[in-house]
Amino acid sequence: MSLIEVKDVTMRFGGLAAVADVSFVLNKGEILGLIGPNGAGKTTLFNVINGFYHPTKGDVYLKGKRVTNLRPHVLCKLGVARTFQVVRPLQRMSTLDNVIASAFIRAKSKAEAQEVSLEVLKFTSLYDDINVLSKSLPLGKRKRLEIARALATQPEIILLDEAFAGLNPTEINEQIDIVKRIRTERGITILIIEHHMRVIMDVSDRIVVLNYGQKIAEGTPSEIGHNPVVIEAYLGEEHNA
Amino acid sequence: MKKHLPLIIFAGLCVVPFMDLSSYVMHILILVLMWSVIGMAWNILGGYTGQVSFGHAAFFGFGAYTAGLLYYHLEISAWWGIPACVVILTALSLVVGYICLRLRGAYFALATLALGEICRVTAENLVDFTQGNMGIMIRERTWVEKTWFFYIILFIAAGTFILIKTVMESKLGYYFVAIREDQDAAESLGIDTTFYKTISLCLSGVLTGIAGAFFMNYMGYIDPGVVFPLYDISITTVMVVMVGGAATYWGPIVGAVIMVFLAEEIRSLPYIGAAHMTVFGVILILIILFLPNGIVGDFRKLLKPFKSKKGASS
Repeated sequence: MSLIEVKDVTMRFGGLAAVADVSFVLNKGEILGLIGPNGAGKTTLFNVINGFYHPTKGDVYLKGKRVTNLRPHVLCKLGVARTFQVVRPLQRMSTLDNVIASAFIRAKSKAEAQEVSLEVLKFTSLYDDINVLSKSLPLGKRKRLEIARALATQPEIILLDEAFAGLNPTEINEQIDIVKRIRTERGITILIIEHHMRVIMDVSDRIVVLNYGQKIAEGTPSEIGHNPVVIEAYLGEEHNA
Repeated sequence: MKKHLPLIIFAGLCVVPFMDLSSYVMHILILVLMWSVIGMAWNILGGYTGQVSFGHAAFFGFGAYTAGLLYYHLEISAWWGIPACVVILTALSLVVGYICLRLRGAYFALATLALGEICRVTAENLVDFTQGNMGIMIRERTWVEKTWFFYIILFIAAGTFILIKTVMESKLGYYFVAIREDQDAAESLGIDTTFYKTISLCLSGVLTGIAGAFFMNYMGYIDPGVVFPLYDISITTVMVVMVGGAATYWGPIVGAVIMVFLAEEIRSLPYIGAAHMTVFGVILILIILFLPNGIVGDFRKLLKPFKSKKGASS
């Protein structure tokens, strides 16, 4: 069953088409990778799905319902959460308060919001840092805090925008583990943008490849890895060798 | 101890009228309390929600004129202005919010700045309705003594303090701060930023208006230059909060104490007295440079030089 369907979406900024006629489907329970070189339109596409941008053309459907021109907070209420490429924690709040702020969307009381938050923080192994101001967390933990905040809204779908960028190998392994557990333990469907080929090949069920705003390929990781168009556009000669 | 501090201060202030202070001292204390209310009100919007307003004179003046015009046109007590404020200022805030809150950062500040000036010019020119620059005078004052005025503003201030504390520890408070820290992130985490910014503005506007309505009753006379000015109200409000500490419970109160006393002291100095606004400007620059979180926010930083001198070993 398709949870999100992106249909012929075009997003123009002036004369530039950041995304051109892209269509794909995100099925329930899968992890779909979205890859492409810098400037390929991945984050723009996220912003369209998430409601930050209203596409010039085309539509986004959530469980068959058209959600194209809804605002981000409405989409969040409908079960779509996201993280940002540049981590955006609420700087002058503690880790716990950060997560509580997003748990309030469904929690009826502060006690309930706190309970949800503590559980999520345990899940992302940030439990030891609940009283730390979020701006003083190291990058790896801030990336996990982004995920924790998104999870606290109790979404059905989570959009992860480069949740691995800037992490060291150990942190990457922890993060991969968390992403996989988001699906297995929480049953959340994931759409993920990632540059790390190792990560994307490891976690994704299927991959969509963008280049210059256009979809150039779609398939399983091994299909993508052997697709000559993708190799030329993205993986480069290193992979050919 | 720290938990009971508000109660102790409140109790202390309650007995002040029995101390037989001069009318002048009582006047200063009343002004301090009134500015605390305005500062706390501004702090909701500017400090916690991060929407800096340079036009709070608009809300203050609207409150004052609500009270004044009720008295002048309907010939009822100007004290009715306080409950009437809740309705009038909510309406004003909704209109202002609808227009200005779609703007961000400096643009919002500029829009509110214009708002204050628009209100002043309008009040000056609607002569039939507002008496223009002749102002509105309450002929028979409620009390000659300051005691009751003091108690009324004390209770308003205490109420404001409790209200803000309650709000900030609830869902609303989390949402306000989330909006201040990052509006886009807040939006994508399910917070209807427009809606919650409007609520913040309404709270802030109504409380400022109540202070204005009190001012009308207390001073007995208002005109547009007194209640709608950019410097004496809007900028001073920002200063009260910046000096004391934005987004802290005690900041606006500390700021009000300092600013009211400073204003009185500087005004009575020879030569530079007339330039008290210049002095305020210099103080504001120094505060922003050295104590960006205000006196309450940077209290530890203030203590530091004293500590290191005493205990060289630590």
